[in-house]
Amino acid sequence: MATSTTWLLRPLQERSTQLFLGILTAALAVVTLLHLAMPEDSALHVSAYTVTLLGKYLCYALLAVAVDLVWGYLGILSLGHGAFFALGGYAMGMYLMRQIGDRGTYGDPILPDFMVFLNWDSLPWYWHGFDMAWFAFAMVLLVPGALAFVFGYLAFRSRVTGVYLSIITQALTFALMLAFFRNEMGFGGNNGLTDFRDILGFNLRTDATRLGLFIATGVALAIGYVICRGIVTSKLGRVSVACRDAEARTRFLGYRVERVQLFVFVVSAMLAGVAGALYVPQVGIINPSEFSPLFSIEVVVWVALGGRATLYGAVIGALLVNYAKTVFTGVMPDAWLFALGGLFVLVTVFLPKGIAGLLQKRRKAPEKDRSNPREATA
Amino acid sequence: MSIIRRSLTSLLIALACLVSVPAMAQEDPGKALLVNLAEAPSSRVEEAINAIVDSGDERARGWLEAYGNNRLSRIKDTGQVVLVLNNRGRDWEIADPLTGENLGEMSRRELDRVAINNAIRGKLEGIMAMLDLNAADPDVREASARDMMGKVDAALVAPLEARLEKEESAAVRDRIEAALAIYRVEQGDIEAVEVLAGSLHPRARAALNNAAASDNSQLAEAANKALASIEQKLKINKAAETLYFGLSMGSVLVLAAIGLAITFGVMGVINMAHGELIMLGAYTTWGVQQLLPGQPGLALLLSIPAGFLVAAIAGIIIERSVIQHLKGRPLETLLATFGISLILQQLVRTVISPQNRTVVTPEWMSGSVVINDALSLTLNRLYVMAFALIVFAALMMIMRRTRLGLDVRAVTQNRAMARSMGIKATKVDILTFALGSGVAGLAGVALSQLTNVGPNLGQNYIIDSFMVVVFGGVGNLWGTLIAGLSLGTINQLLEPWAGAVLAKIIVLVFIILFIQKRPKGLFPQKGRAAEN
Repeated sequence: MATSTTWLLRPLQERSTQLFLGILTAALAVVTLLHLAMPEDSALHVSAYTVTLLGKYLCYALLAVAVDLVWGYLGILSLGHGAFFALGGYAMGMYLMRQIGDRGTYGDPILPDFMVFLNWDSLPWYWHGFDMAWFAFAMVLLVPGALAFVFGYLAFRSRVTGVYLSIITQALTFALMLAFFRNEMGFGGNNGLTDFRDILGFNLRTDATRLGLFIATGVALAIGYVICRGIVTSKLGRVSVACRDAEARTRFLGYRVERVQLFVFVVSAMLAGVAGALYVPQVGIINPSEFSPLFSIEVVVWVALGGRATLYGAVIGALLVNYAKTVFTGVMPDAWLFALGGLFVLVTVFLPKGIAGLLQKRRKAPEKDRSNPREATA
Repeated sequence: MSIIRRSLTSLLIALACLVSVPAMAQEDPGKALLVNLAEAPSSRVEEAINAIVDSGDERARGWLEAYGNNRLSRIKDTGQVVLVLNNRGRDWEIADPLTGENLGEMSRRELDRVAINNAIRGKLEGIMAMLDLNAADPDVREASARDMMGKVDAALVAPLEARLEKEESAAVRDRIEAALAIYRVEQGDIEAVEVLAGSLHPRARAALNNAAASDNSQLAEAANKALASIEQKLKINKAAETLYFGLSMGSVLVLAAIGLAITFGVMGVINMAHGELIMLGAYTTWGVQQLLPGQPGLALLLSIPAGFLVAAIAGIIIERSVIQHLKGRPLETLLATFGISLILQQLVRTVISPQNRTVVTPEWMSGSVVINDALSLTLNRLYVMAFALIVFAALMMIMRRTRLGLDVRAVTQNRAMARSMGIKATKVDILTFALGSGVAGLAGVALSQLTNVGPNLGQNYIIDSFMVVVFGGVGNLWGTLIAGLSLGTINQLLEPWAGAVLAKIIVLVFIILFIQKRPKGLFPQKGRAAEN
């Protein structure tokens, strides 16, 4: 078990990881300082709104890192990672719902408002335990992890790969979206969960809590990045890249391909779940639209833009695209889908290695064809 | 004074006679009948109505209907009886009941409504039904006999039996017999129960239910037996209906997926914009209908080639501009074409409208084929089903019997070999993709007759279409047909007890599990084609 920590510490000695963590820490520090120290009327002041917005971007960045782990290093294009993100979000949302207590519109001490509205007389069994933070936070990891385990076990065991797997993951999140839209599911149906009050005793509507959540998200992103980096630099990571590039050959060499795939997939799903859990208190709502296939595939394009199989590229892509989205939807909302659609086409046709590929070219230190996709027709 | 007045009155009467008698000779007899009705005191209204019925006048039904609806009035000044077409507001629109000529508007103060009491109104319905029952058109007779079921009273029995004597149409006879049987069962006639056992009409069942609850044990027993047999028949009909809806939904799935079976299945190109090509086909139908207002039928027929062309050209553009650069990189193709689908959706939203557009269903496609009281098949679905089969057969022919089909199969099996045999692989790629896209356009034309045409039309079908292709076995057109029809039917079978959404989820989960067991689908490709 001595190695169990070394794989996590190893990335900390890498230049690239140090650089990434350094930039992230600096960014967090600058935003915090500008938010706290600058007077509100100063041009340099970062408002609480912006802090939350940035926190949201960081959640997306963590989700993108999770997607890059499976797509970039395992060759599995998941079009359903939004499902894990949303499940983590729902677990957090359920905790936050229970924290409301009797302060809801109907004042029921146990039942959330929407259940009272739907004339439910008792809490469904799967809502029990979510009043305890430790339980809810465990569920943030376990529920997406369990779904990924069951799904991945079935899929990888029967060697479903490539486009088929992508389509099935899309069907998975689509099915979950339909399911969560139903009121009978007990997750608030169309409206989802909202109207949260506080988290761990801190009022969610104060600026201090928002800043705290922003920093927590940054820390989560850093940890997630280090975990992923640790995985991809370990032997497991090298086998996983081998699976990506030549699955059959890896299998013939004696590696249990499906186990590697399953492990990485589950870790990735858990990271997505954490991202969702941090997303919900900052946005203040979780509803079934997070399950929509469009969202999941959007995540993929963040990664593609940033550059596959680099991890930091995923972060860059997520931040850039979401910033662009915020700007676009504010200035000319109609054009956003044109821009996003165009981005899909341009990135795949002209920029297969993404922005990270451009950076690497400039540094003249090309890693040997890492992001070259596996021939998925095989 | 009184003498003068009397003589004056008689003079006037004489004058009136002189004037009116020659006029009466040419005058419409209906006029007198209507005036008679309007002037009759309430005790003689029935007589007046019977006079109208007995006259055999073709317009009688319209008059009585207007009378029953309070739409018969007299002009106070002239005493002329008129039809009130519109009685809203102060001025009423009136028409001549004899000629149907519109007489324009008249203040309601100058009009006097021909009064009707409820007792008469109740009888009027039966009288009108009898009029319909004697109409020349057998469809009108059948509808009227159907209406009479459960409404027959003692007074109607004799005329119904008389009608039955001379009725020639079997359908009408069945209806009249059922209507009479309901009356007789109500009267406690056990033999009539037998007749009702053959009817699926709800009113027949209601009568039997009443009989089953009666004190007469023999009658109740017979009624229960008849009810059981009806129940059995209803179940069969219900099953047939579910099957019909299932096959109809399945044929829609087949239409949506068959183009994908060409581009994805045969060529191996993942086109996530397939749904939007379907949408383009649907919008083409709408557009052609806008160009040819008032001729929805012709427009629909024209939009079949138009929809094919529009989608095929869009497909060629997509293939040339994007897909050809991503050969051998399916995941990238998937992403790029997804981007295209977003652009196309937004294009329609911006250029046309984010709102749904209604496509008119031509007359020959609306309505339904009535099999019996419990089962009727909507025509538009029947047409779509037939259309799906025709498209499927045509594609099958193209792939199996034409040069293009041969080339496509050769290129997909072994591109290098095919090229060295002189096949222009690039040209084949373009044509194949155009064919698959064009078929998507055809699917859109058909879908425009079933659902709303909106920017999200295609999105709703893309996942289903992929599921159908994967379920059926990639590269296998027969598989797509079987998979589409069976998935549609399974979905419809599940719907009654699971609800629409849950049924869809169950089907999706089922496919996900199925793919685990048989990753190559229902009908995996065999032989050389399966190598890649």
